[in-house]
Amino acid sequence: MTTTYSSAAIALIALVTLVVGAWVFRFSRTTSDFYVASRVVSPLWNASAISGEYLSAASFLGVAGLVFAFGLDMLWYPVGYTAGYLVLLLFVAAPLRRSGAYTLPDFAEGRLGSAPVRRIASLLVVVIGLLYLVPQLQAAGLTLRTTTGAPEWVGGLLVAGVVMASVLAGGMRSITAVQAFQYWVKLTAISVPLVFCAIVWSHKGSPPPTTHQNATFSQSTTVRVTADLRVSVPTRTRLHVRGSIDGQHRDGPVVLTAGQHTIGDGAILTFPAGAKVPVLHGNAVSNNRLWAGPFASTAGHHPLYATYSLVLATFLGTMGLPHVLVRFYTNPDGRAARRTALAVLGLLGVFYLLPAAYGALGRLYTPELLLTGKTDAVVLLLPGRLLPGTGGQLLSALVAAGAFAAFLSTSSGLTVSVAGVLAHDILPRARGVAGFRIGTLVAIAVPYVFAVLAAKLSIADAVGLAFAVAASSLCPLLLLGIWWRGLTSAGAAAGLLVGGGLATAAVLTTMLAHPFAGWLGALLSEPAALTVPCAFTVMIVVSRATGGRSLARAPAVIEAMIRMHAPESLQLPRRPAPRQPVPRLDR
Amino acid sequence: MTQPRRQRVVVASPKTAAPARPTARDDFGEQTRLGDILIRSLIRTQLHLGLRLGAVLGVLLGALPLLFAYTPGIRRIHLLGLPLPWLLLGVLVYPVLLGGAAIYVRQAERNERDFEDFVDRS
Repeated sequence: MTTTYSSAAIALIALVTLVVGAWVFRFSRTTSDFYVASRVVSPLWNASAISGEYLSAASFLGVAGLVFAFGLDMLWYPVGYTAGYLVLLLFVAAPLRRSGAYTLPDFAEGRLGSAPVRRIASLLVVVIGLLYLVPQLQAAGLTLRTTTGAPEWVGGLLVAGVVMASVLAGGMRSITAVQAFQYWVKLTAISVPLVFCAIVWSHKGSPPPTTHQNATFSQSTTVRVTADLRVSVPTRTRLHVRGSIDGQHRDGPVVLTAGQHTIGDGAILTFPAGAKVPVLHGNAVSNNRLWAGPFASTAGHHPLYATYSLVLATFLGTMGLPHVLVRFYTNPDGRAARRTALAVLGLLGVFYLLPAAYGALGRLYTPELLLTGKTDAVVLLLPGRLLPGTGGQLLSALVAAGAFAAFLSTSSGLTVSVAGVLAHDILPRARGVAGFRIGTLVAIAVPYVFAVLAAKLSIADAVGLAFAVAASSLCPLLLLGIWWRGLTSAGAAAGLLVGGGLATAAVLTTMLAHPFAGWLGALLSEPAALTVPCAFTVMIVVSRATGGRSLARAPAVIEAMIRMHAPESLQLPRRPAPRQPVPRLDR
Repeated sequence: MTQPRRQRVVVASPKTAAPARPTARDDFGEQTRLGDILIRSLIRTQLHLGLRLGAVLGVLLGALPLLFAYTPGIRRIHLLGLPLPWLLLGVLVYPVLLGGAAIYVRQAERNERDFEDFVDRS
């Protein structure tokens, strides 16, 4: 297949990352890039860096895969990932920058002056960071397997290794220019192949994805099955089978009736042109008309609830992602923070126009993925399928390289954030460089184990769960802390524990247990609609009960409010610099 | 490690005399009652701006699932070669979000300028 070019492209990306990491090490010993950056970085450049770090595996592969499998509803994921920045802009960006907090635990301690709240916030940052890292490593496994045939665990190990090496060698986090460059790499890697695919598609007469009633093999296709699968067959289908089907070994033509069938690991199926595609049960929609309309997903039985809950989680969860908030610190002041958030909205909007097109074209040209369930691979396979020959191979290599760039940039940003919090707030007696090294090891090894264990969840779904936890815990802390004087330490702690605890429990159940049916399943897989109001209510009620009313005139609260909301020009005489002039994460 | 912070020095309009009485500007540094009252008004203005824009965009976006659920005919409407739901959710959402954000940034900065002027006058 496209093995050689793609392997070379992936190796190149990994090598560049390592070299940059090593180079940064020498550079970052002499000067703190964050302080250099905070004076020279323009909002657009800073926004490119934020977008470069933010566009992860979920954006690059997962969105297209979900749209390909389930259709219209899945467009809510990119909409939510973008709209989250709007909420961040409206309520958080400028006050948070002015507060001088570098991380969320810093914010919690600075606003409430409470070490226990700081520790709870740190714990939640770690949980969210780990949840977000799992799908990155899974996606790396999928990408390497799809493009080179390596076993699934290799890709994750490769990313984990490169990230660990580059973070320990100094961290690429601090280089704004590298992350900004990453955005443009990803945009190129997803847009250029799509342009070529669209040209070929229009030469074929621009057939809409809904040409046939059901997803259909447009040409004779051979599929090698690599797991035991339960599939739904939409209509009577004639095919050639070598291997186990419905528990019997067959080697010859077989007719499958409509309904469910099982296919054994290792079976080789050959479908004639025009055959309907059997789809992996519960993992994709076969009917094209259903796919093109709303609420086609067969997984949840309460689609309207699931949609609103997902919208809530993504809108409110973005502000709680650790690697996002740190970047706002590189803005020189509150106004620049707002302009940066505005530019991020523009850059993300441009990027997110593209993945859905891969999903739609995939219905026509890579339908066998609906059978194998590897729907997240649609972006990787489409260019090679539409453009045979060297051109297609080169475009496939470009897409694979872009995907790896996405895993590496997001993973290293998250790893640095999580490792810093682990080293400073959680691991006992292991401060300093040694603590940071141990933190890095934990921050990348734990998600790797989860990625191997919970291999069934789709990438964008897994990322959605991280958003749900962030929205149910750190979002209320930020919103109430910034806008409400009455928040007490006890209220914040209770809200963080209840909201974050409930959401985390739901997430772990979804990741590790079998899916539940009915309302329980809907609540566990999309917990935000319940846990977000719950966290807000607990924070407000407990704050009221613990004397929050009297805080309105407390000097510390007034000082915090002025610091967060007054324009910098009025904050004279200048406040002392934040307590950590050199960000400790860059040690 | 830490280098002295570079300061911009403005020489166009030198202040020749110190202000005769403490101004509202000074109050911010010292967190007096007046500073507290002033900052409350700014917080209220900015919060209302954010809530108003958030509500408008939230209603616009939040109405889409209901629209799709209760008007099945909508998916037969095609505009620019796309079914209307795909056009709305896949394309048009983004310029709307960006437009809302641009309006917010302009208005929030104007609020802050007005506030600075107000503080300087009082």
